[in-house]
Amino acid sequence: MTTVSSFAPRTRRNVELALLLLAVGIVVLAYVNVGLSVAGEFPPGLITHGTGLLVISLAFHLLLRWKASYADPLLLPIVTLLNGLGLVMIHRLDIAEGRDISEGLALRQLTWSALAVAIAAVVLWFLRDHRTLRRYTFTAAVVGFGLLVLPLLPGIGRTVNGSRIWIGLGPFTFQPGEIAKIVLAIFFAGYLVQTRDALSLAGRKVLGFTFPRGRDLGPILVAWILSLLVLVFEKDLGSSLLLFGLFVAMLYVATERVSWIAIGLALFCGGAYLAFLLFSHVQARVNLWLDPFASGQSDQVAKGLMGMAAGGLLGTGLGRGRPDLTYFAESDFIIPSFGEEIGLIGLFALLMLYVLLVERGLRTALGVRDGFGKLLAGGLAFSVALQCFVVVGGVTRVIPLTGLTMPFLSYGGSSLLANWSLVALLLRISDQARRPITEIPIGPSPAGEAKTEVVAVR
Amino acid sequence: MNAPLRRLSMVVALLFSALLVSSTFIQFVQAKSLQERPENRRTLLANYARERGQILVGGTPVAKSVASDDELKWLRTYPKGELYAHLTGYYSFTYGAGGGIEGAENALLSGSSDKLFYRRVSDILTGKDQTGASLELTINAKAQAAAEKALGDQRGAVVALDPSTGEVLALVSHPSYDPSVLSSHDTDAVVKAWKDLNADPTRPMVDRAIAGNLYPPGSTFKIVTSAAALESGKFTEESQIPGPATLDLPQTSDPLPNDDRQPCGPDNKVTLKRALEISCNTAFGWLGMELGADDFRSQAAKFGIGDRLTIPMTVTPSSVPAELNEPQLAQSAIGQYDVRVTPLQVAMISAAVANRGIVMKPHLVKKVTSSDLEVLDEPPPEQLSQAVTPDTASALTRMMQGVVEDGTGTAAQIDGVDVAGKTGTAQHEIGKPPHAWFTGFAPAVDSKVAVAVVVEDGGNAGNEAAGGRVAAPIAKAVMQAVLGK
Repeated sequence: MTTVSSFAPRTRRNVELALLLLAVGIVVLAYVNVGLSVAGEFPPGLITHGTGLLVISLAFHLLLRWKASYADPLLLPIVTLLNGLGLVMIHRLDIAEGRDISEGLALRQLTWSALAVAIAAVVLWFLRDHRTLRRYTFTAAVVGFGLLVLPLLPGIGRTVNGSRIWIGLGPFTFQPGEIAKIVLAIFFAGYLVQTRDALSLAGRKVLGFTFPRGRDLGPILVAWILSLLVLVFEKDLGSSLLLFGLFVAMLYVATERVSWIAIGLALFCGGAYLAFLLFSHVQARVNLWLDPFASGQSDQVAKGLMGMAAGGLLGTGLGRGRPDLTYFAESDFIIPSFGEEIGLIGLFALLMLYVLLVERGLRTALGVRDGFGKLLAGGLAFSVALQCFVVVGGVTRVIPLTGLTMPFLSYGGSSLLANWSLVALLLRISDQARRPITEIPIGPSPAGEAKTEVVAVR
Repeated sequence: MNAPLRRLSMVVALLFSALLVSSTFIQFVQAKSLQERPENRRTLLANYARERGQILVGGTPVAKSVASDDELKWLRTYPKGELYAHLTGYYSFTYGAGGGIEGAENALLSGSSDKLFYRRVSDILTGKDQTGASLELTINAKAQAAAEKALGDQRGAVVALDPSTGEVLALVSHPSYDPSVLSSHDTDAVVKAWKDLNADPTRPMVDRAIAGNLYPPGSTFKIVTSAAALESGKFTEESQIPGPATLDLPQTSDPLPNDDRQPCGPDNKVTLKRALEISCNTAFGWLGMELGADDFRSQAAKFGIGDRLTIPMTVTPSSVPAELNEPQLAQSAIGQYDVRVTPLQVAMISAAVANRGIVMKPHLVKKVTSSDLEVLDEPPPEQLSQAVTPDTASALTRMMQGVVEDGTGTAAQIDGVDVAGKTGTAQHEIGKPPHAWFTGFAPAVDSKVAVAVVVEDGGNAGNEAAGGRVAAPIAKAVMQAVLGK
C-alpha cells in the first residue's frame, strides 16, 4: 500500500479552478434559464448574484491553494455546483409560490451558504492535520450524543411536521442532528481505530463467519439502541437509519469482518420490524411506500411521483414545470422538483455528481496513510452516499420515505453547515493523502504507519 | 483497511444503481400511466397552459378557450351552452373533461394525442405556442336548433343522421345544462353546480340520445320485424297475415291486444304493408312467433343492435334479450318486453332503410384541424353492415311511406316531400304515460336525413300521448330544417 513516488505529485489546483468556473457558469446559466422562462427576462440580480457566487467559490479556491494545496481538485467544484443548483431551484420555487425575493427562501439559503462556506474555511484554516481530531474522540462522543438529544430538551426543542429534530433559539431553528452526524463519525473513527484489533481478531467461527465475542458486541448494541431511541423519541426515521448505517459501515471498514454487517443487518431488521409493530408513524410510512396512491393517507409521495412523471426523459425545462405542487418541494422533495424540470437525464447527471463526490471521498480514504483518517474519510463519504440513498430512495419508492435533506441541494441551514464542514474535512484529509510523504510535518513516521497497514491488509 | 473501503465503494455503486433504476422506472417506464392518473393536477394544469382546441359547428365555435389572467391561463367557454351541452360536454378544472367531445377527444383537444406528435415537434422547433387540435362537428346547426325548439321543455331526445354517410346532423337531449358553469374558475361555484346537477332527479347531464337508460322502442321496432319477414323470403309487403283484435299467446293466459281492441282488417286478416301503416300489434306479434327468435334477433343485430359504438362518445349498446320464449318473442316483435334501444340506434334503423339497406357508422367529427386550419384528419364514412337487401329496403320504404301518407304518422307529412316513417308508443312502467316515438327519413328516395325522436312519458300530452301526435311533429321540424323546406 505504500506508494513511493519519485516525482512531485501535482496539486491540480488549476484543474480545480477550471472546473469551478464551469460549475459557476452552469449555475448562472440555470439561473438565467429560470428568469427567462418564468418572467421572460434576465433575472434582475444576475450580475450581483453571479459575481457573489463566483467570489465566494474563488475565495475558497484561493484558501485551498494556500492552506491545502494538495486537496482533491474535484470536491469543491462538485459541491459548488450542487449548492448553486439547489439555490436556483429554491429561487424558482420562491417565484412559483409568490414569495418576494427579500423574504424568499433562496435569499436565506444564500446567506446560509455564505456562512457554511465561511465555517468550512475556518475548519480548513485551523485544522492543519485531521489527526488532531483523534485527540477529541471522547469529547466528540459526548458532544455528538448531546447534539442528538438536544431537541428533546424542553424549551428549546421544536416539533416540526411530526418530528422532534429541531431546536429553536428566537427566530432561528436548527437541526443539531446534521452536525451530530459528523461529530459522531469523528468519534466512531477514533474509537474504532483503537479497538479494531479486539473487534476484528477475537471471536468464534460459526458457519464460516467469525462472530465476535459477546463482550465485544457492546459498541454495536449501544449504537443500535441509540438509533432506536432517536427513532422513538424524535420520530426521525432518516437520522436513525443514517447513524446506524454509518456505524456499521465504519465498523466493517475497521475490522474487515463481514460478520459485523450480518449482525448489523439482523439488528436493523429486528429493530425496524419492532418499530413497525409499535409505532403508527412507522406504519404510515410503510403503507405510503407500498401504495402511495391509496386513499385516506398522505399523498406526498404520489405528488412527487407525478411530478417526476411530468418531467419524463428530458424534463419540462427549468421554470416550466409545476414542482410547487409537491409538498416540501424545496427540502425533502427537491429531487422530484429537479426530476420534473430537468428530466431523467438531468437527474442522472445530478446523481452522478453525488457518485463522484462520494467516490472521491472514498478515494481519499484509500490514499490517506493513517487508520483514523481512513475511517473518518470513508465514514464521511459513505454517510453522504447513504443520505442520498435514503432521500432519493424515499421519493422514488426504493425504501419507505424518511425525512432527510439532500446534501447541498435541499433548503436548510443546518444541512448546509454540516455538509460544507464535512467537505472541509474531506478536503483536509485529501490534502494529507495526496501530499508527498516528505512534506508531512507532524505525526508518526510514515514508515511506521506503513508497517501497521501491511499487517492489517495481509 | 483498503479492501473493505473498496468493497464499500461497490456498495455505494449498488445504492446509486438502485436510484438510477427507480428513477428510470418512474420517469420513463411509468411516466405515461402516472400522467394519466385522474388525480394528477399537473396534467390538467399543463392542459390549461396550452390553448385547447375549439369545437366547431358549421365553422362557428360551440366550445372555445379564451385567455384568462388567473393561474389557469385559459377559460373554456360554451357560446351556446345548453343547445350543445351533450355534444360538447364540459371541461372543468375540478372534474376534468367529460360528457361529450370534450371527454371523448380530450387528447386531441388538449394537444397531447400521439396523433399530434410530429406537429408538436415542429411547434417546439419553430418556437410556436402549442395548441390543441380543433374539431369540426358534422352537426347541422339548423337541424340542431329545430330539434331543440320542437322538443321544447319535454324530456327526451332527438337524433338526426345523414343516411348515406352516417354523419350525425342533430343530437339533442333534454333536459340540458350549461357546461359553462362547470368550466368556471370559481371552484366553489363549480362544486356547487356539479352537486346540483348530479342531484337533479331529471338527470340533465345524461345524454339520453346515446347513453341514457335505454328505452323500449315500442312500435318503431316493427320496422325490424318487417325487415326480418321480408328477408326471410316467406313474406312480401302484400302478404296477408292474421291481425285479430287480440292474439292468443301460448304458455300464458294474457293475450296480446291491439290498441283499439279492434281487428286490423276484414276477416281478421291484413297485409303486411297495412299492418305497419296502422301499427297492428297482433299481426306483428304473430309474425314474430312465425319467424322465430333466431331470425328476429339476427335481423336486429344486422341493424347494429348489440354493437359497441363510439361516435366518438361511447354509445350504450342496444339489446334484444338472448333468451326469448314464444310470448316474449311476440312482445319483442312489437318493441316491448325487454328490448331496449338508444334513440341513435332507432335513427340508424331508419337510416339503413333509407340507404338501400346499408348501415353507416354514425360519427360526429367531420374534420380535425390544427390551430392554423391545416386539416390533420378527415375520417371517411365507414360502412358498419348490410342490414337488408336493396329490394327489402325499397319495400320497407314503401311501407313506411304509407305510414306517413295514410297511417299513424300523418303528422310528419311535409308538403312536396315524400316522407317515410314509423310511430311508436312504448309502455314502460305501469301507471306512467308511454314514451312517444317517431322515426323516419326524407325524402323517401335519395334521402338526406333520417331521424329518431323519443319523448319521455308522453311529454306534454301525458296519457293521451301517441308517437304520431307527440313525436312526429318534432321529427318533421328536424327534417324540414335539413331539407330547407
